[in-house]
Formats: sequence, C-alpha cells, structure tokens
Amino acid sequence: MYSAIVFLPLIGFLIAGLFGRSIGHKASEYVTSSLLVLAALLSWVAFFSVALGSGETQKVQLLSWIASGSLVFDWAIRVDTLTAVMLVVVNSVSALVHIYSIGYMHHDPHRSRFFAYLSLFTFAMLMLVTSDNLMQMFFGWEGVGLASYLLIGFWFQKPSANAASMKAFVVNRVGDFGFLLGIFAIYYIFGSTDYDVIFAKVPEIVAQINDQESPLRLTFLWSEWNPLTVICLLLFTGAMGKSAQFLLHTWLPDAMEGPTPVSALIHAATMVTAGVFMVARMSPLFEVTPDALVVVTFVGATTAFFAATVGLVQNDIKRVIAYSTCSQLGYMFVALGIGAYGAAVFHLFTHAFFKALLFLGAGSVIHAVSDEQDMRKMGGLAKHVKVTYWMMTIGTLALTGVGIPGTLIGFAGFNSKDAIIESAFAAHNPMAMYAFGMTVIAALFTSFYSWRLVFMTFHGKERMSADVKAHIHESPLVMTVPLMILAVGAVFTGMVFSSFFYGAHFDAFWKGALYVGPDNNLIEEFHHVPWAVKLAPFVMMLTGLVSAWYMYIKQPTIPKQLAKRHQWLYQFLLNKWYFDELYNFLFVRPSMKIGAFLWKKGDERVIDYYGPNGIAARVIDMTNRVVRLQTGYVYHYAFAMMIGVAVLITWAMFTGGAH
Amino acid sequence: MSDWPLLSTVAFLPLVGAFLILLVKGDDDISRRNINNVALWTTIVTFLISLLIWNQFDPSTAGFQMQEEAAWLSSSVSYRMGVDGISMLFVILTTALMPAAIYAGRDSVTKRVKEYMIAFLVLETMMIGVFCALDLVLFYLFFEAGLIPMFIIIGVWGGQNRVYASFKFFLYTLIGSVLMLLAIMAMYWEAGTTDIVTLLSYTFPPEMQTWLWLAFFASFAVKMPMWPVHTWLPDAHVQAPTAGSVILAGILLKMGGYGFLRFSLPMFPLASDFFAPLVYAMSVVAIVYTSLVALMQQDIKKLIAYSSVAHMGYVTLGIFTMTMQGVQGGIFQMLSHGIVSGALFLCVGVVYDRMHTREISAYGGLVNRMPWFATVFMIFTMANVGLPGTSGFVGEFLTLMGAFQQNTWIAFIATSGVILSAAYALWLYRRVVFGKLEKESLKSILDMNMREKIILVPLVVLTILFGVYPAPIMDVTAVSVENLINNYEAALAAADKVALLTK
Repeated sequence: MYSAIVFLPLIGFLIAGLFGRSIGHKASEYVTSSLLVLAALLSWVAFFSVALGSGETQKVQLLSWIASGSLVFDWAIRVDTLTAVMLVVVNSVSALVHIYSIGYMHHDPHRSRFFAYLSLFTFAMLMLVTSDNLMQMFFGWEGVGLASYLLIGFWFQKPSANAASMKAFVVNRVGDFGFLLGIFAIYYIFGSTDYDVIFAKVPEIVAQINDQESPLRLTFLWSEWNPLTVICLLLFTGAMGKSAQFLLHTWLPDAMEGPTPVSALIHAATMVTAGVFMVARMSPLFEVTPDALVVVTFVGATTAFFAATVGLVQNDIKRVIAYSTCSQLGYMFVALGIGAYGAAVFHLFTHAFFKALLFLGAGSVIHAVSDEQDMRKMGGLAKHVKVTYWMMTIGTLALTGVGIPGTLIGFAGFNSKDAIIESAFAAHNPMAMYAFGMTVIAALFTSFYSWRLVFMTFHGKERMSADVKAHIHESPLVMTVPLMILAVGAVFTGMVFSSFFYGAHFDAFWKGALYVGPDNNLIEEFHHVPWAVKLAPFVMMLTGLVSAWYMYIKQPTIPKQLAKRHQWLYQFLLNKWYFDELYNFLFVRPSMKIGAFLWKKGDERVIDYYGPNGIAARVIDMTNRVVRLQTGYVYHYAFAMMIGVAVLITWAMFTGGAH
Repeated sequence: MSDWPLLSTVAFLPLVGAFLILLVKGDDDISRRNINNVALWTTIVTFLISLLIWNQFDPSTAGFQMQEEAAWLSSSVSYRMGVDGISMLFVILTTALMPAAIYAGRDSVTKRVKEYMIAFLVLETMMIGVFCALDLVLFYLFFEAGLIPMFIIIGVWGGQNRVYASFKFFLYTLIGSVLMLLAIMAMYWEAGTTDIVTLLSYTFPPEMQTWLWLAFFASFAVKMPMWPVHTWLPDAHVQAPTAGSVILAGILLKMGGYGFLRFSLPMFPLASDFFAPLVYAMSVVAIVYTSLVALMQQDIKKLIAYSSVAHMGYVTLGIFTMTMQGVQGGIFQMLSHGIVSGALFLCVGVVYDRMHTREISAYGGLVNRMPWFATVFMIFTMANVGLPGTSGFVGEFLTLMGAFQQNTWIAFIATSGVILSAAYALWLYRRVVFGKLEKESLKSILDMNMREKIILVPLVVLTILFGVYPAPIMDVTAVSVENLINNYEAALAAADKVALLTK
C-alpha cells in the first residue's frame, strides 16, 4: 500500500508525459487525477493506521541505490507519524489541485503536460517525505525543485515566467549547497546517512562532544567547531532555501508567475514546507544543538515579520498570499527553533488547507476577472462570485486565526498559530522573546493584509473595465468543490487534531517520530502563560481587521495619503526591502563580470597569449619561411610521434638484453 | 572460447571495418551509403562483442582479466592486453558511443565520407587499445596515435577556424607527450621492464617518483584537461564536427583520468600524496573558474566545453582524495560525463545541422516547434547540472563526499559548483529553448527525426538508469578501487617506516 501511495503519481506522470499526445488531454487529466485521488484515499488509511492507530513505523525496501565503501544507502519507504501527516497533506491537496486544474486550465493547449508535471511533483514530494535516509530526501528535494522549475516556467512564452523559474532553481541551489555540505558532514561524523543509524548514535556523539579531555570537534573551514552545530546550520541553510526564509526568500514571490494551481500546491501547501519537514525529521539532532536552534528561531521570527510587512502593500493578489506564505513559514520555523516541533508540524498541517484554499480561491477570482491579478482593478466581486467569496472568507478567518481565546474552538489557524505564539513566550531559547514579539506583530499585519485582500477584491467599488465586467462568472463546480473540501479542512482541522499534534495525546500520536528532549516541557508550559499573552494574538487579529475595514471600506482615501506621507517607507516595502536589487548588485552582476574577465583576460589574454598562441606565432614565423602545409600541422605531429616511437623502440632493442 | 583473444578482437575489429571501407570504390550516393553502413555495422558489432567482456568479467577480483600476451618488439617490450575493474567500463563506453557518433554523421557529412569513416574507425581501435594495453610502450603507441585521427577529423571536417584549433591541440599535447616518453624511458631504465602489471608492484625511489609523476602529469593534465592547460578544449570542440566533439568529450577526455588511475597513483604513490594539494587546488579553481567563464559564453558548444572542464575538475578532485567514494565517484563521473556530454554535443548537432550556427543568440523559443528536442535537451541539461536521479549526480556527489573527508575548504569551494552549474546550464536552456519563436529563420525548423531519436533516446535511458541504479557500474569498480587504495596506503605506510628508521 505504501509503495502504491508513492508510485501512483509516478505512473500518472509517465502516462500523461509519454502518451499525453496520443491519448489526448481529457484522458491525461482523468488518469492523473484519479490516480491521485486513489493515492490520497490510501494516505488517509495510512494516517489512521500509523498515526492515529498504534501502528509501528513501516519500512519498505525498494532497491539499493549507491554503495561505495562504507557509504551505503537504498531507495526505501519509511512511514511513521510524521510521514503519514505529510502523506495526507501532500496527496489530499495534490488530488484537489489536480481536479481544480481540470477547470482552471481547460483553455490551455498544453494541459496534458501540465498534469504530467503536477504528478511528477507529487511523486518527488512523496519520495521526500517517505525517505529513510538523507540521500533519498535530497533526491526528493531536488526533484520537487525540478518540478517547481518546470511549472513556474510552464508558460514558456512569457519571459518573466522563464526568469522566475530559473531564479527559483538557482536560489534553491544555494540552499542545496548547504544541504549537501551538511550531508557530507553527517557522513563524516556519523558514518551513515540512514536516519535510524544517525539518531541512534546521537547520544554517543553528544557524549564525545562534551568529553572534558578530548572533546569531539569538526574542522570546518577556518576553525574547529562543535560538529552538531555545523551540521544543523548547514542543513538549515537547505531548509531556508526550500522554505523561502529570510535572505533566501527572493524566489518565492516571483514563483507566482506559474499557473495558480501550482502556487497553491507547490508554493503554499507542500514544497515550501519541505524545509520545516526536514528540520522536524532531524529533530533528534536539532534538539541537542541549542546554538543552531537559536539561529532557526531568529531566522524564522525575522521572516515572519519581514514577509508580513511586505505583504501589507502588494497589489497583486497572488503576491500578497505568497508573502503571507513566507511569513507563515517563519512561524513554523519559530516553533521548530523553540523546540515546539509538534506545533510546527501542526501549523504546517492546518496551513496547507487554508493556504491552498486561499490560493485556489484567488485562482477562481482571477478566472472570473479574465486573468487580471491586480487588486486595484477588482472590487465588489462578492455579489458576482458568491461561492468563491465565502470560501475566501473562510480561508481568511483561518489564516488570521479567529477563535475564542482560552478554548480550542476556532478556525484552523487559531489553534496552530496561537500555540506557536504562546509557546514562544514560554520558551527558554535566548531568541524566544524576540520571536514572541515578532510573531505577535506579524499576527497584526497578517490580519491587516488578509482583510485588505478580501475588501479590495470583493467589496467596495467595481474598478474593472466594462469589458471584464461583462465576463465575470462564478467558476464551475469542478473548481468550487475542491474549494469547499479545503474549506472543511480550514474550519475543522485545528479543533479536531489539536490534542494529537500538540496536546494531550502528543506521545501516543507521534510515537517518537519527533524527538523532544527530557528538559523540554513546552507542551505543558505554554498552557500556563499569562492571560495577556493568550489574548495578544486575538487583539492583534481584531485590530488588523478593524483597521483594514476602516482604511479600505470606510475611508478608502487613507491608504493613498499614508503612502504619500511616508513615501520612503512605502517604496521600501513595495520594493520588498530592495532585496532583488541588492542581490543583483552583490552576486549576479559580479559573477558575470568575473566570468567575462576570466574568459577574456584569463583564458585569452594570459593563458593563450603566453601559452600556445605565443609559441604558435613563433612557429608560424618559421614555418612560413620553410614550407606551407595545407592541412594544418597534423603531419608534423604524426611525424614527431613516429620519430619518438622509433627512438624508443630502437633503444629498447639495444638495451633489451642488458637486463 | 575462453582462449579466444576477446580484447584484441574488440580492439581491432574496427580496423577490419576500415579496411572494408577502403575497398569501396566511387564517390556517388550509393557508395557513400555503403560506407556509412559498413562503418555503422562495424561499430555495432564491436559494441555487441564488447558486451561479452562485461559478461565474462569477474568483479570479485582486483587483478587483470582476459590477459593476452604475444612477443612483439623485444624480450621486454611485448604485446600485452588485459582489463581490470578500472579500465573495463571505459572499453564499453568507447564501443557504446561509437555507433552513436557514426550514425550522427550520416546526413551531415558529405565530403570525403570514406576518409571520415576510416578516421573514426582507426580512432576507435586506438582508444580501446589505450584502455586495454598492459605494456607501457603499447599504451604510449595507442595513446599518441589515437590523436592523429582526431587531428585529421578536426582539421578536415571542422569549422572555420579548424587549423588554429588543431594547432593548439598539437602544441599542448606535444609538450606533454615528450615528457611522458622520457618518463617511460626512465622507468624502463630503472625497472627493466615495460610490463604494467610488473611495474604496478615495483617501488620506485622517492625522488624519482616526483619526476616521473610530473612528467606523466604534464601529459594527463592536458588531456583531462585541467586548468590552466584547458584552453585547447573549447576551441577544439567548437571547430570539431559533431561526432568529433562527441568522441572528444565522451572518451578522449577520459584518458587523462584513466592515466592517473593506472600510472600516477599506483606507481608513484609518494609523489601523488605529495602533489595531491596541488591537484586539489587546480581542480577547485577549474570548477569555479570555468563555470564562471561558461556563464558568459555566446557559443553553445563553447559553453558545454567549458562545463566539461568544470566536470573534469570533480574527477581529478575525487581521484586524488584516494578515498573509496572519491575514486569510485571519479570513475563514475567520467563514465557519466561520457554519456551526458556526448549527448549534449549530439543535441547541439541536431540544431546545428538545421541552422548551421552555434550562436546562442541565433536561437530562442525552439520548444514551440521542437518538443522532442526540448525534452531530451532538458534531461541532459539536468544531468549536467547533477540532478539526483540522473547519472550526473552520483559521480559529483561521491567525489565531493570524498573531498570533504580530506579538506573542508576544498569541498566547500567545489560544492559551490552546484550553484554555478545550475546558473549557466539553465540560462543556456532558457535562451535556446524557451521564449517565443520570433526569429524568422527558425519558423520552419523541424523537430528531431527518427535517426536522431534512435541515437539520443538510448542515452536518455542510460542517464536515468545509472542515476537511479548505479550498482552495475559501482560493483565492477569496487574491488579494483579498494585494491588500489589499499596498495597506495601500504606504500605510504612503508615509506613512513623507512623514514622513521633512517632518522
């Protein structure tokens, strides 16, 4: 069954990819979608038996991959609770996105290729989450990167899409660079890349590190380090790339060039959470590496804040949600950093539903207004696209975390996000207070930009052209039904699963899949934070809602005045803190300049000039005087070689008897 | 059957084909087709017979297998052939790539077809000979003589600037060869034999190892090519006809790496250990330097040529780490690069045959009319980038893993190559394949024909197969590599002991 979950999407990919042309678009769509639905159903079965049941960790050996000396790893499937959660997330969202795409993409001439890519992505993501060793995780890691590259650049005639897809791949490779080095270091220290071997050896390594007389150190670059700190930070670099964390986030907003279902599946619900999954998977390592956790917390908190500020002023409906995703991923890393792994995966789980809902809802809006994405050219859509409006509202309620403080009653984001904020307050990490502050402020911004999006899109004056207006229509059922299913998840997953992921049933649910140190009682402590802390996110959410309502419904002139009065701040945010410009200046242009310099000056001016060309010039001078050869200098060479061989042979024969 | 000289059969069968071609008279279409067919079938039969070598090969022993010996020049210089786990797969790589190279020239080569095919068949014999020779003189003969047909291929069937390119090739290789010849003489002087098997267990005095190592290095470094003696390669590739590039990148570049493994490391272990940092330095410079240069190229073939230099940097890096992962990775990287870069040059050949230009700016939007080409080119681009699941990943990963165990700086800088390779390869792909099809000249371009598909699809299959399941290759090399490393370490340990005693 577990093999089927992983390989059904691959079969779908192969059928649609190889035979898409001959079997036609309809067949490709139905084959890939139905295989995915089947995989999703099986995933839920796995979830109930492994996570909610008492099932042991399941392993399926598939094939040996690489064996070189003591470095051995296989293709294998490992299903424990963490994997089961991811299987449910990936396959459910993927199946719904497949179905939704049948409607969304139905004008596109390359639909079968689109569905093939979607299935390929799903397969790679499943290989990632079911991996039993770091290498297979890396395979999935790069595989989803490839699929993301192909899907962002799906509309290959758009130059902006091509640029974005390349940027996504290359920036991710920066993270992969760290990930690879991390794997090398792990093998160097632990002698294996298998999770079980690594995790079993952690106590031993920790003991060696803390050894008074000869502590274990890893020489990395200029100094000696605690090996676990180096390993965790390198792995985290990989996570930062894939999960678009601060400094390596620049590709995610551009990735919105891809078709909207892709944004929902890859750039909101699944692929970008791979970094969170990786850190959670490696929790036995991170948990004993406090220094690394400080960095994780800091980066997560900074991302949560930074992305939320940029989200405040964007006008492209998809970009707002993209920055929101980036910000929410920051929350998850905060949770990981403070040691609340359960809360991180819980937020990953709920976020997948409500963020996919928001994206697909946005897709439905874009579909309705003739592919317009600028919210300034929307407005008043609520009465035209009622279903979409309500679904988006549910998504927004879930994202902003609406619920009753002190109870478990609330939309999905309420349970998971508030758990993170409260845990941050209770945590002992040196960065915990910073994280608490940042996440609370980010909660305010989240509420503001989310409601701003709803108000600008669905309320107020209708700002589209008459032409567009005439075409406004609600999406077909094939698109709205997936929205409704996701909406169910956005409403209930928080309340239903809270106690399992990060509550009373924690141990019974995870069964050791997430490692929590003996001193880590966060899951108990976060219940006992002061009332003010529990109320803070709620107050922030309300403040955001009210101010968004005031500025975009009551007094729609205020935003413009504010932008004018604080021009530099507005420009700073609108231009995303100028990261693209900075990176262009720091990395892209210098690389090109150095490349051109090395080519023109290094290769041609120095090496060739003093090497072959210089000698050649002298030789040509000479040969010009002696004789002209028509076919180049081949015969010269042959001649020289023959003389050489002749000399050698003669000499060999003369001296042959001597020995 | 077991006495049948299989290696010699495989090595000299192409010469038989060349002889048959000589017999074909006339220069009309029919005789040209006959020549093509004879050449193609010769290489296919050679390939099929060479598979018997793999079949008979016993991967559990480190020694040379299928050995042949015959009297030749004198009592000490004889004709000796044999393969071990390090060399055997290079023979298969050669025989496997040849049919693709020959078939690729079927429509594009129209002048002097007879000589063209003879040159390729002679070249095949020489290349197989290099990987099978177990006598230094025989090795040298194959090693150097193989370059003559390559010169002729570039010089006669090459592009505009072919004379310059072959000249450059000539100058570089000449210097290396002369030094290697001197070293071979010195080795014979010292050890009294040119038998490679005997020499492998002979211990050369430490000072002598240094000089011999340097002399061999001069020759192999040029062939690799290593930075800074790489500048002949881009020119040679640009000027060579498609099939010439395929063989050059696919096989000739592997002779240097093979030479390191066959001679430098096992015969001069002390010198290898001493010079390893130099090799690391040259390798990482090659990886970063040539990747940056590749980024700025305007000629498709030149870009791929520079990326080849970078990939060969991983090979030298891995080999000289003398770790199991490093050496096996280096061998794997060479085999994989043989397939992938050969295929990339074939892809360039596909569009070059149609447009007769290699300028990147002359292309754009090919995917609109050439979906087959776009797919195949994408797969090989990704293999070139080292995506896991393709064969390109395995070698790159293993060599870096080996490097990390030796020195983290080296590993750190070399690993940055994964970022740069993604940048130049994807940028190339984007400029050539993606975008709108706007250029008038491209409006009527046709997708790959059946011949091109027959050539490239098997390479796609191999690239993915060995990426997912590299065991067939790893198993063959494992024991021989282990033996190589053990002997190397034993030699270093013995030298240490001597040093201690004399103190």
